Amino acid sequence: MKLDPAIRDQVLATVPSLRAFAISLCGNIDRADDLVQETLLRALAHIDSFQPGTNMPAWLFTILRNLFRSEYRKRRREVEDADGRYAETLKSHPEQTGRVEFEEFRTALAKLPSDQREALILVGASGFSYDDAAAICGCAVGTIKSRVNRARTRLADLLAIDSVDDFGPDRATRAVLAGGGRN
Amino acid sequence: MGEGGKDDTMKHRKTNLEPLEPVAEKPENQDPMATPAANPHKPEARLGREVQARIGQQLRALYNDVVSQGVPQHLADLVRRLSDQDQD
Repeated sequence: MKLDPAIRDQVLATVPSLRAFAISLCGNIDRADDLVQETLLRALAHIDSFQPGTNMPAWLFTILRNLFRSEYRKRRREVEDADGRYAETLKSHPEQTGRVEFEEFRTALAKLPSDQREALILVGASGFSYDDAAAICGCAVGTIKSRVNRARTRLADLLAIDSVDDFGPDRATRAVLAGGGRN
Repeated sequence: MGEGGKDDTMKHRKTNLEPLEPVAEKPENQDPMATPAANPHKPEARLGREVQARIGQQLRALYNDVVSQGVPQHLADLVRRLSDQDQD
């Protein structure tokens, strides 16, 4: 029996965001695509364990994350976009966000502890509920909330230090305080 | 651009960044990078609304950049091929 086309289409429709999530985990577009490919192989081999009517994106994200944790993570992020391919594939956003600011954001995001970055992406970019994000990460909802909050706080700190001029007096003051504590 | 199924739910889904709520001050694991000098007064208690909006906007811009690339051909082919095989 062939796979129900409706299920197949749900899988296909999730691929773009799976890639975005994979890139945020791997920091490297080639490895991210390998990870997505392996996720799809595994998912389709076990498609009968997917309950039709339940959340396909959450199911696929869970598989991808588990794969990443068990295998890819060992290789760490050592070749983090060494050839700049990821950066190249990104369009610049001169309107909404200056190119420099965009790069700074990307760098700051990469500095977050991986569990915080992952939680922030799932909730803040992928659009999962806290409940779904907790299920995907295999942890409590409160843990996800606390990771998201800490991720945002840390990002705010990193960005305030890096680009004082772009931000309001509140952040500038904090950056000065932080800078003063350093020298 | 999107392949096959035009299910755009992921693209148009709203995100869930709520205003920061006070979370019990019990770090599950200490962030070794956190410099004490940077937050002597626990500024994390409340992030400015502007800062939050900024972070959310940039996060989505970064993510949606990849999402808007759609399904790479080799992955679309893979899914089609596997879907047409007999399942057992």
